[in-house]
Amino acid sequence: MIIDQLSVFSENRAGMLAEITGQLAEAAIDIEALTIADTAEFGVLRLIVDAPKKALTVLKGGGFVASLTPVIALKMKNEPGSLATIAKILADAEVSIEYLYACVAREEGSAFVVLRVEDADATVALLTAKGYEGYK
Amino acid sequence: MSSYYQEKIERASRDEMRALQDERIVKQVQHVYKNVAPYREKMKEKGVEPGDIKSIDDLGKLPFTTKDDLRDGYPYGYLAMPLADCVRIQSTSGTTGKRVVAFYTQHDIDLWEDCCARSIVAVGGTKDDVVHVSYGYGLFTGGPGLNGGSHKVGSLTLPMSSGLTERQIQFMTDLGSTILCCTPSYAAMMAETIHAEGLIDDIKLKAGIFGAEAWSEEMRRDIEKNLRIKAYDIYGLTETTGPGVSYECSEQTGMHVNEDHFYPEIIDPDTLELLPEDSKGEIVFTNLTKEAFPLMRYRTRDITRLTRKECSCGRTLVKMAKPMGRSDDMLIIRGVNVFPSQIEAVLLGQGYQANYVIIVDRVNHTDTFEVQVEMPEHIFSDEVRKIEKSEGELLLAMRSVLGISPKVRLVAPRSIPRSEGKAVRVIDKRKI
Repeated sequence: MIIDQLSVFSENRAGMLAEITGQLAEAAIDIEALTIADTAEFGVLRLIVDAPKKALTVLKGGGFVASLTPVIALKMKNEPGSLATIAKILADAEVSIEYLYACVAREEGSAFVVLRVEDADATVALLTAKGYEGYK
Repeated sequence: MSSYYQEKIERASRDEMRALQDERIVKQVQHVYKNVAPYREKMKEKGVEPGDIKSIDDLGKLPFTTKDDLRDGYPYGYLAMPLADCVRIQSTSGTTGKRVVAFYTQHDIDLWEDCCARSIVAVGGTKDDVVHVSYGYGLFTGGPGLNGGSHKVGSLTLPMSSGLTERQIQFMTDLGSTILCCTPSYAAMMAETIHAEGLIDDIKLKAGIFGAEAWSEEMRRDIEKNLRIKAYDIYGLTETTGPGVSYECSEQTGMHVNEDHFYPEIIDPDTLELLPEDSKGEIVFTNLTKEAFPLMRYRTRDITRLTRKECSCGRTLVKMAKPMGRSDDMLIIRGVNVFPSQIEAVLLGQGYQANYVIIVDRVNHTDTFEVQVEMPEHIFSDEVRKIEKSEGELLLAMRSVLGISPKVRLVAPRSIPRSEGKAVRVIDKRKI
């Protein structure tokens, strides 16, 4: 259930996203999900890709500051209420979420949610007990 | 009709002034040779004895003194009087490692205040004026200097210090301040607030004495128009005393140097050769009268020129132009002295690389100060909160070392150009 997320530093400057995604494209890396956390001065790109270790090597070689972050990737049904149910489970267990983003999955009718929490192992155990499966 | 605080000196003939300078330099050299070990050693090294200095023309035989010398002597190395005879300490702006503490006897304070009084009278100040001092008080010399000068003139003195602009303006209107003393950027800021609050008709200011940072003629015109006053420049540095080393008169074309106390020379900063009058170069000062912390041929690093052209105000004191720059890399930002090397030390200390650019600009008469630094790998995190926490720690460290907070901008690695030779670390966009 825990996978590697690729995190990349991006200063707020025109063309940064084009440079980063361009390098990934050249290495034939497939992006499955992408979100950007931004401040006035900089952004942090968070990506789920098909080959995170390779992507990390590519970006570092290309002069970017990047790292791999273990995150929980959870499979869920692509229907109303799916995320609400998960959020309720986490809330009841008082799990505090650093950040979260969700994406439609390749499999028809399916979606996945990426979660960054403080205690990943405990959260995985909690969700597994509730019958959830990892994405991938 | 001009008036003077010490007319006999301020309008002395060239011969009278030279005679005074000759007499004072002879005594001063004996004083420092006897009481300040580093001066004695440097003179011995150069093979100069106090007896070799018979007039001000012999000054060139003496070695120069630099800020580094004073720093090496911290705190008592250049003290020339017993501490028991000293009554005051002032210090250069908050710069760890680069700080200079200066000592004053009561006599030193008296003469310093006289110099500031000359400035106040030169801008039209009398005992009927209300002198509003918004320079910082404390270790910074601005507040105490003008405060003392105002007392000497007999003006009613408002020791406001800097900050709390609303209160400044309230006192200014309620108590009828007539002469404002502060940094030019603070004057511009107060002017804006006064206009925003519609109080321009309620202030009685007639003149301002603005110094401690570089400012342009354009800024002078803006301040004069917005505050409906005459704006005058004043120059000084903590090392030699504080404000009042030189001051502007009604002509507003440069600052009269109080050369009976501070003997000025202009040198070529590279060859260290003395340059003739009206040449542009680094100004060097020798304290002719200071007892506790007398500086001999102190290299200010300020670039300016001296002229003895006749002045319409009637003063004969030599005039120096507004400083046109520095012969070292020191920046003066919002009145605070900042060395790029200090910024570099903080960055390295906080785990950043020494790849940075300092960008200084002036927006609405206020200096902006930004440091761009490349994001190091170990400070990067997928969580924005953690990056911002590291950034906050860097800001805090900058503030405690520089005494002023820059805006820090993290940029991509290798985005700051490397150079084979001297890297461009400072981009100063201010047009002064």
